[in-house]
Amino acid sequence: MTDTAWIDAALTSARPQAVGALLRYFRNLDTAEEAFQNACLRALKSWPQNGPPRDPAAWLIMVGRNVAIDDIRRSRKQQPLPEDEAISDLDDAEEALAERLDGSHYRDDILRLLFICCHPDLPATQQIALALRIVSGLTVKQIARAFLVGEAAMEQRITRAKARVADADVPFETPGAVERTERLSAVAAMVYLIFNEGYSSGGDTAAIRAPLCEEAIRLARLLLRLFQSEPEIMGLTALLLLQHARAAARFDAAGALVLLDDQDRALWNQKMIAEGLALIDKAMRHRRSGPYQIQAAIAALHARAATPEDTDWTQIDLLYGALEVMQPSPVVTLNRAVAVSKVRGPEAALKMIEPLGERLSNYFHFFGVRGAFLMQLGRNDEARVAFDRAIALANTSAEAAHIRMHLDRLMRDSRPCGAKAGT
Amino acid sequence: MLYAILCYHDEDTVGSWTREQDAAVMKKLAVVQEKLTKQGRLGPVARLLPTTSATTLRKDDPPVVIDGPYAETKEQLLGFYVIDCKNLDEALDVARDLGAANPGGAYEIRPVGVLNPGSIPA
Repeated sequence: MTDTAWIDAALTSARPQAVGALLRYFRNLDTAEEAFQNACLRALKSWPQNGPPRDPAAWLIMVGRNVAIDDIRRSRKQQPLPEDEAISDLDDAEEALAERLDGSHYRDDILRLLFICCHPDLPATQQIALALRIVSGLTVKQIARAFLVGEAAMEQRITRAKARVADADVPFETPGAVERTERLSAVAAMVYLIFNEGYSSGGDTAAIRAPLCEEAIRLARLLLRLFQSEPEIMGLTALLLLQHARAAARFDAAGALVLLDDQDRALWNQKMIAEGLALIDKAMRHRRSGPYQIQAAIAALHARAATPEDTDWTQIDLLYGALEVMQPSPVVTLNRAVAVSKVRGPEAALKMIEPLGERLSNYFHFFGVRGAFLMQLGRNDEARVAFDRAIALANTSAEAAHIRMHLDRLMRDSRPCGAKAGT
Repeated sequence: MLYAILCYHDEDTVGSWTREQDAAVMKKLAVVQEKLTKQGRLGPVARLLPTTSATTLRKDDPPVVIDGPYAETKEQLLGFYVIDCKNLDEALDVARDLGAANPGGAYEIRPVGVLNPGSIPA
């Protein structure tokens, strides 16, 4: 590490707690962010000389708060002061402040900070962008790059999202147990969205978007440290780790998607897999199943299989069955059908997805999977129709290229014997 | 005299190393370990999974299982075991047996990511 890299690392890791506390204090997102920025500037001056403070987050909160209050005092003629009560303890020492930070306060601060980004009026992409900016502290440039949009467009998107959040009524009292659970589940869903935003990219952009996956894992770990006994948060963290463990094997050198069965399992990250498996193990002890745990358990069965043939498809079928009950969705049934095709054959699987046609009529994977089942049954003409539709619906060039591979195989197979493969 | 060297670091920092950075550090450590192994002076070396994967058994009466690492500071680290178990439940059973033999304090149960059994004769 270079001389100042430790400061960057400390500022990044203290950020959610510090901004969360400053937000509780000032009840205004812009003020809280600005206060944190100012505190960071002071840290960059002071820490190299004095060394790191015992508790960097507490230091940043105290300094940020004092600087902001000075600013407010200076401009008090233009701007009304925040409620007296909120700034009545101007002369607090670091210790007193640290005490106020102690206990469960900071947990709710961080949760609140994440929760305001999940405002239901905000479209998913804005929620994610806002969380990455405010909670993770990524720069607008970094976020724009990950979203593959221009910096100005992203700046505008975040500004708009912030304005909307500022107008929203965010309760600052300590949440009750029920409310805390609701917030946690909204926040978990958003963390999963961040991950998927990175995970669902094509091979050409996977490397650029991987930081989204890594940031999601970092946030999931943060949640897990705050809520150590929540089996669904263990499940979420495990799910992200087990999926991300396969990152290096998911695309070939040309950027084409490599399906699970065809992936080089030596490229899977065993460290992440071990951690994911350990977390599922922990979650299971609670006997409180949930969608993240089940999906993680499915990912774990893939991770545990040394070769595709070793995969326990029967168990995967059962797990998808449980997920269907918990979270009925045609996409879940579609995934289950893939397991069913391995256990009971393509005919049973095809029968299972037949009723989904209407609801998934614009879903790429539906036609890809349907085409594959038809192909296995030798119904090549129908398979071709399904694959054509899949290509038309493909979201990335990698997806389209993958289906084209199937089509090419169909073309070859349907030629009379002895004919040369297509040119 | 045998010595245990206990490794402390900021896990956020270590956790954010890229695969290449991680491999580079492991390679440098392997050189040191290799030298000790040749001299017959290296005992077991373990790399533990992150604290988020830890579970703690408080050896109260009855013992209490708590998710997460051992967080108190009033007790000190006095020893450790490495055991082979099918899953966390099995590991907790072993910890309960040990706890019954020696009540008070706590055991933190943490999965081992990498283990080098070492070469010191028993």
